[in-house]
Amino acid sequence: MPDISRDDVAHLARLARLRLGEDELTHYADQLSAIVEAVARVSEVAAADVPPTSHPIPVVNVVRADEIRPGLAREAVAAMAPAWEDDRFRVPRILGEE
Amino acid sequence: MAIDGPDLTRQSAATLADAISSGEVSAEEVTRAHLDRIDSVDGAVHAFLHVDRDAALATARAVDAKRSSGAALGPLAGVPIAVKDVLTMAGLPTTCGSRVLEGWRPPYDSTVVERLRAADMVILGKTNMDEFAMGSSTEHSAYGPTRNPWDLERIPGGSGGGSAAALAAFEAPLAIGTDTGGSIRQPAAVTGTVGVKPTYGGVSRYGLVALASSLDQAGPCARSVGDSALLHATIAGHDPRDSTSIDAPVPDVVAAAALGDVRGMRIGLVRELSGEGYQSGVQQLFQRAVEILTNLGADVVEVGCPNFEYALAAYYLILPSEASSNLARFDGMRYGLRVGDDGQASVEDVMSLTREQGFGAEVKRRIMLGTYALSSGYYDAYYGQAQKVRTLIARDFANAFEKVDVLVSPTAPTTAFKIGEKVDDPIAMYLNDIATIPVNLAGNCAMSLPIGLALEDGLPVGLQIMAPALADDRLYRVGSALEQALVDAWGHLLIEEVPSL
Repeated sequence: MPDISRDDVAHLARLARLRLGEDELTHYADQLSAIVEAVARVSEVAAADVPPTSHPIPVVNVVRADEIRPGLAREAVAAMAPAWEDDRFRVPRILGEE
Repeated sequence: MAIDGPDLTRQSAATLADAISSGEVSAEEVTRAHLDRIDSVDGAVHAFLHVDRDAALATARAVDAKRSSGAALGPLAGVPIAVKDVLTMAGLPTTCGSRVLEGWRPPYDSTVVERLRAADMVILGKTNMDEFAMGSSTEHSAYGPTRNPWDLERIPGGSGGGSAAALAAFEAPLAIGTDTGGSIRQPAAVTGTVGVKPTYGGVSRYGLVALASSLDQAGPCARSVGDSALLHATIAGHDPRDSTSIDAPVPDVVAAAALGDVRGMRIGLVRELSGEGYQSGVQQLFQRAVEILTNLGADVVEVGCPNFEYALAAYYLILPSEASSNLARFDGMRYGLRVGDDGQASVEDVMSLTREQGFGAEVKRRIMLGTYALSSGYYDAYYGQAQKVRTLIARDFANAFEKVDVLVSPTAPTTAFKIGEKVDDPIAMYLNDIATIPVNLAGNCAMSLPIGLALEDGLPVGLQIMAPALADDRLYRVGSALEQALVDAWGHLLIEEVPSL
């Protein structure tokens, strides 16, 4: 199992939309490598023919009654928005420099 | 049950409910006593993140008015309760112990809170927790750690350390916790209290801010098995708003706790959850508790669950994977913190800055670990393989429950450790949950109850009872029998020995 390098951490942080400081990259690289080494033990189990479990108590085709219910009040949602303008969420520009 | 002694905060929830219902005390007096207690000790303990004095007193007065009008009161009407700050509740902030949700007031109640309100319970406030329930010590709260009432230098367990400490400090007679890998049971163990993780789907997750959706489960925290059963019965049951909620009757946990009889029950000791890594005082008390169960007429045998050895590894792949996906919703756009929105920065920049400043170190670690485990090239080796191990662990339980009615183990390998001891050593921290994680992976139910104070450090030790899915009543049957035998020996519940603050 591969170690996790500083570059790997930088890449993971980018994918996860987490800005990290330079000093944090090494710290997380060491910690994540140690954790990955520990959890890689799952590969010791011979499980080629074992089906995966995504959910502990399987339930299928769960639907609710097709009835109209009130949603959240617009003012209550607006009150908790970081920025609200013209009856909408205001967001930063969505296109970057590149 | 009549009030025993002058202090309303030392009573059981059942006693308080009876006394309120009979008019021996008012709900307002009971609520005031607990609010006063919070005022005097929570500076030292820090179990609460938010206390709503006015709303609690208003609810209490409404219960008193209801009683005066002659209306029938429910079994926990007027009893105060503390709620872990991961469940939404209109009127108070829900922060999940995170800066990213600082000051966020949810516009709706979770189903658990809705049921507490419907039962006329008095919600005192919201309790401290590791950020987004990631941790075993409550040190990962952005708002500072909670302290263990048995020793203020030590951790109260986690992630629900606030709920457990509130009980042990007599700030509330009942609390709600959530358990993804042990966050109800391990805090119960290290604070000398009782905690139950119900069967997955037994209690609605609607309004429970998700950590790992296939593992999370809310449940009751109490100072006795009987009180826990009353709360369990109040919050459990089908909810159409949670598609994973089980549409089946709730096992009669209150009757099982009242029965408290293990004669003829088959109890299995899990071979893999003992020995190396377990503190000697934990092992001694566990063995003594098992002797008590044998003397009470249970048939105790040893059972092997060979794949439990891999449970911790599978959990720390599955949980971060689900968490990295669930926590993507904290993007600073619709609610919560937004950082760096200066009119120039792009949405990507704002998201990255918001999440840098909004999340603590453990949350960042797990998000990156989950992102790694789910990335192409590693998915099969990590997440896929962990899901297969999950199947094998469920099979170990199924095989064991063909031979025995319940399984038992120590809840946690050690007693409460010192604050700061493991905070930057993730693997040492993760090992606290080694005995509690298998149940979350398989979705069945478990209880922790106190069995004594470890000889070497005088700190509480918990015993874990595990039962099959939808057999939550067995936890209460065994737990109540053991608790009664211990109370007979000690003359009181273990929590009575907690030092006064």
